[in-house]
Amino acid sequence: MVAAQDISHSQRIGTPADRRARITGVVLIGLALFVAGVFSIGVTGDATFRLSRPNDVWAIPNLVLPAAPFNYIIAAVLAFLGARQFLRGGGRWTTLSLGIGLALAVAAFLVWATAGKAFSLTGMLQATMVRAVPLVLGAITGMMCERVGVVNIAIEGMLLAGAFTGALMGSLLGGVGGLIAAIGIGGLFGFILAALVVTYRMDQIIAGVVINLFVLGLTSYVSSQVFAEHRFLNNAPVFRAYKVPILGDIPVIGPMFFNQNLFVYGALVMVGVATYYLFYTRMGLRARSVGEHPRAADTLGINVYRTRYINVTVAGMIAGFGGAWFTLGSVGRFDENMTGGRGFIALAAMLFGRYHPVGALMAALVFGFADSMQQKLALLQTPIPSEFLSMAPYIATIIVVAGVVGRTRTPAAGGKPYIKE
Amino acid sequence: MDIELRGITKRFGPVVANAGVDLHVRAGEVLGLLGENGAGKSTLMNVLCGLYAPDEGEIVIDGRPVTFDGPSDAIAAGIGMVHQHFMLVPVFTVAENVILGIEPTGQLDFLDRAAARRQVREIGDQYGLRVDPDALIEELPVGVQQRVEIIKVLFRSADVLILDEPTAVLTPQEVEEFFGIVRALRDAGKAIIFITHKLDEILEISDRITVLRGGRVAGQGDPETLTTRQLAEMMVGRPVSFDVEKAAYAPGDVLLEVRELTVLRNNDEIAVDDVSLAVRSGEIVGIAGVQGNGQTALIEAITGLRHPAGGSIIYDGRDITHSSVRARHAMGIAHIPEDRQRTGIIGDFTIAENMVLNSYYDDRYASGPSIRWPEVMQHAARYAADFDVRTPSVHAKAFQLSGGNQQKLVVARELTRDTKLLIAAQPTRGLDVGSVEYIHKRIVEARDEGDGVLIMSSELDEIVALSDRIVVMFKGRIVAEFDAFRGPVDRNAVGLAMAGSVSEAAA
Repeated sequence: MVAAQDISHSQRIGTPADRRARITGVVLIGLALFVAGVFSIGVTGDATFRLSRPNDVWAIPNLVLPAAPFNYIIAAVLAFLGARQFLRGGGRWTTLSLGIGLALAVAAFLVWATAGKAFSLTGMLQATMVRAVPLVLGAITGMMCERVGVVNIAIEGMLLAGAFTGALMGSLLGGVGGLIAAIGIGGLFGFILAALVVTYRMDQIIAGVVINLFVLGLTSYVSSQVFAEHRFLNNAPVFRAYKVPILGDIPVIGPMFFNQNLFVYGALVMVGVATYYLFYTRMGLRARSVGEHPRAADTLGINVYRTRYINVTVAGMIAGFGGAWFTLGSVGRFDENMTGGRGFIALAAMLFGRYHPVGALMAALVFGFADSMQQKLALLQTPIPSEFLSMAPYIATIIVVAGVVGRTRTPAAGGKPYIKE
Repeated sequence: MDIELRGITKRFGPVVANAGVDLHVRAGEVLGLLGENGAGKSTLMNVLCGLYAPDEGEIVIDGRPVTFDGPSDAIAAGIGMVHQHFMLVPVFTVAENVILGIEPTGQLDFLDRAAARRQVREIGDQYGLRVDPDALIEELPVGVQQRVEIIKVLFRSADVLILDEPTAVLTPQEVEEFFGIVRALRDAGKAIIFITHKLDEILEISDRITVLRGGRVAGQGDPETLTTRQLAEMMVGRPVSFDVEKAAYAPGDVLLEVRELTVLRNNDEIAVDDVSLAVRSGEIVGIAGVQGNGQTALIEAITGLRHPAGGSIIYDGRDITHSSVRARHAMGIAHIPEDRQRTGIIGDFTIAENMVLNSYYDDRYASGPSIRWPEVMQHAARYAADFDVRTPSVHAKAFQLSGGNQQKLVVARELTRDTKLLIAAQPTRGLDVGSVEYIHKRIVEARDEGDGVLIMSSELDEIVALSDRIVVMFKGRIVAEFDAFRGPVDRNAVGLAMAGSVSEAAA
């Protein structure tokens, strides 16, 4: 009885969910028209995606798709999804359809760009994982902080500090020394953030911005004034890829997950460790209680301040490790502002991943895909200027945060200082 | 376990919150602790559960003096507190909330949820407090949440349970059930301190009663011989009138008409489901119901704070469904909001500033873009005096006032205009008896002068005392209506309707 009445009501009332479904329908049909009109008409040739190299242990054949017919099919599917949203949208279907639709549109774009050419899909997926590293580590950093009720806008600065310190100390002490120093500096900035917002109750957003500006200014100054003259200070060794026996030979999956450097493995391990810590341990339960209801935690004898200090400091260390990826895991050299807003994309990945490490990994892979796509497509000579392509990760962030994230439930005490009675 | 507080004195700067208070509670008895807000009940209990250290006096457990350095010491000593505002993490399960702080763990700090579940069930079986250990707190009704709080305290092996205003959030039926639990705990040998300001409850449940006033023990007694009147006098320090005197019921024309109104919550759930309601001038219509059954959303829609999803609101012959809040003000609708701290006043503003929040733009208080401060001050000073807002000066910040005085400030602001309709949501929540008496008097005055009044309250006593007609909301709908002007209403029937079961008599 009651259920039947509820349904009749939701149809009678123009709920925001209905509106959202209609907007999604418009977007999907728009995408369908775009795919049909731009990515299909007049496109000739096959798109060849290489999945493995000829001399791999288990080589699998290339994926060859006829560009125009394939994209027409995608356009049809998009149109179907859009129409469905109009007719009976709402609920979980809306978000799912939008997600599928966007993925299909990206596939159509890739096929269009590759039409008549060949392109290594496996190479792009491998790069996706690599580029997801700072994002997933940054997202775990943000998550560890927000789960205890501290909003961390300073991920960007912590990454940058880690990158800088990794390059400097890596040049002086070698790779491992650089890595440890980077983790240490990340922890230091985590501790500073904790001190500012927990002990001094500074506004958490402002504290984060201050750290970002401080790190950006200091590292830019040193790199332009000191590194420019003393090049040996900015010439760090790079951690090479290590191929896991057997697993590394699996087509597609192998290169992506099992033929990578320390940072990729470290990030994947961190996802597991963070999941275990947050959801399966006593300390994790206490940490989350502090982020949700600090007064309740306090009445049960949990030290809110100490919990926040420890978690934010450890989170900073994770960001320091992620920052070292930019230098020790990649080019071995520090450039001004080389994190380029990855810390903020990590924040988006944290939201998109719903404050769960595994979700954050998935989200980071989406953004990493956008990042590696722009890099690889530049090689394909598409008609799109490379400056536009390099916007891809940021555009993906906007689309995901605005369209797919919806209402993520944030820890209740986030952003609020806790004042003991 | 016997606990004795001897000569407890606690000062906050110049304010003496407790002055030489003695209190004694034995195993197997319920001590009722009665007092107005600000009488020092909370301070005393915070001393007992280790949050405050007393300036003078001592705590004696089983004949031995003890000192607590923090809440964990008090918990270790077997003292457990069930706070008025539940200390539960809404997104955690029952078991997680119960074990938080003393979790059973395995290797690698692994949280042993299976053991937690088992232990919660064991306690539930032992004391008759059945709760699903895997249920999420936010999905449980408040009555069950309260059970979780009690399990939490028992899980810490408490022998002394402090229950702070435990019935404030319960329906009359839930209160009965809750009293059953309290008696079971008492019979199991626990010492219980039951804090409340509700007189009939304390008479029903307590074995002994101690009354606090102004930080001192104002009286003690035996519930068998005391009457509510005597208790109230002890609590307030003067005779209190419980009867609200009203003029004869003489309603005028329909002033406010709500037609088939549907209102959604922020998460698109239906809060108000097809509600129709009318208020005439010169009558008080009371909306009864347990909190969270759509009353708040209904009031918000009528006052313009929330857009309705369907239906219409007619006021004085005009459709105001989509009128702005200011337009509604200008038409003579006064609103005493539910949460005075959040929506009633601006704590950091002065009393004078708060007093003109809804009329600062009026020509009396503003010339062009500038505020005429002298007029504002005069106005504020006059009405603060008229409405008995006790404050050193109109320049004091609103947050410095006590709850009762803050509420009087809101009432003053709303009623000093030329109003036709007064909407009052929880007008006396958390107020002391004196302030309640005063605010009720003002509300009835507004009605006797010919205003329509719509009050919403989760306190059945308040609804019954004031209303000419009573409607009961349950799950967003009006499930019952009672004509109180004909004679005393059947409180039991109203209570049942609040719990969702509508009896034949009510329909």
